[in-house]
Amino acid sequence: MTKEIADEVPNLAESKLTALVVDDNFVNQTMHHKLLDRLGIRNDVVCNGQEAVDVHCSGRNYDLILMDMEMPILNGIQATKRLREMGIESKIAGVTTRANEGDKKEFMEAGLNDFQEKPLTISKLLSILHRLDFYVQT
Amino acid sequence: MLGLGVDRLQADINRLLTSLFHQGVLDEQFLQLQQLQDDTSPTFVYDVINIYFDESEKLLRSLRLLLMDREFSDYKKIGLHLNQLVGSSSSIGARRVRNVCVAFRSASELNNRPGCLRGLEVVEHEYHYLKNMMHELFQLEQQRLLAAGVRYPM
Repeated sequence: MTKEIADEVPNLAESKLTALVVDDNFVNQTMHHKLLDRLGIRNDVVCNGQEAVDVHCSGRNYDLILMDMEMPILNGIQATKRLREMGIESKIAGVTTRANEGDKKEFMEAGLNDFQEKPLTISKLLSILHRLDFYVQT
Repeated sequence: MLGLGVDRLQADINRLLTSLFHQGVLDEQFLQLQQLQDDTSPTFVYDVINIYFDESEKLLRSLRLLLMDREFSDYKKIGLHLNQLVGSSSSIGARRVRNVCVAFRSASELNNRPGCLRGLEVVEHEYHYLKNMMHELFQLEQQRLLAAGVRYPM
């Protein structure tokens, strides 16, 4: 089964895309990091919105940010607003297990480019990449 | 003849997984987790499940301490812990644990302490069942790998 999936999953390493995983949950951090790795996307992981802001203040930049909504210190909504205020133009995809329509609207209005419900899968991640014009589905 | 051991163990693994899916203990997200295991991370499933166990047990201990406190009133903290459990259980495909955490969370949102205590017992029960099943699965997998490493006599 693993080989079949390997044959179907595109390798985007040539595109040299970079991503930042922002999530306070260690299981999700590990899964999302691996999902991106599998697609050939180099990625870093931070534990909350404040760390996401700090890493950008240090000069790092990413093509894609996978932003969890509920995190301590600085949540996804606050972090997204802060990054946009800083002029960060990376594509930001909000990811969360729990979002009523009001929360989703608030998250989108903070500056997201896309939104996806967890748990993330390879196909959900490819949908994000496709919608954000990083990947053309064939 | 030695290959039969591998085949039998693989059949046992398949039977156990089928049973866990049939019981609703696991869902298709567990398959996603398995699909991420590859040559660069050959123990990925085992590693992630162990992270899940470590984190979940910390959260469950904290939940129990909070609820056992006679002066307890911090339902928001209960909710935050449960959000973590719901999230990580969803990510590994632990459907029953996820669902009972959602029910527990509903009780916490109503500031229902007896409901929360019941919820915690149910979550602990489901979690321990899942953990036992995962240990059985890993033991079978380990035995299968060992059996597969045995060479046929020339």
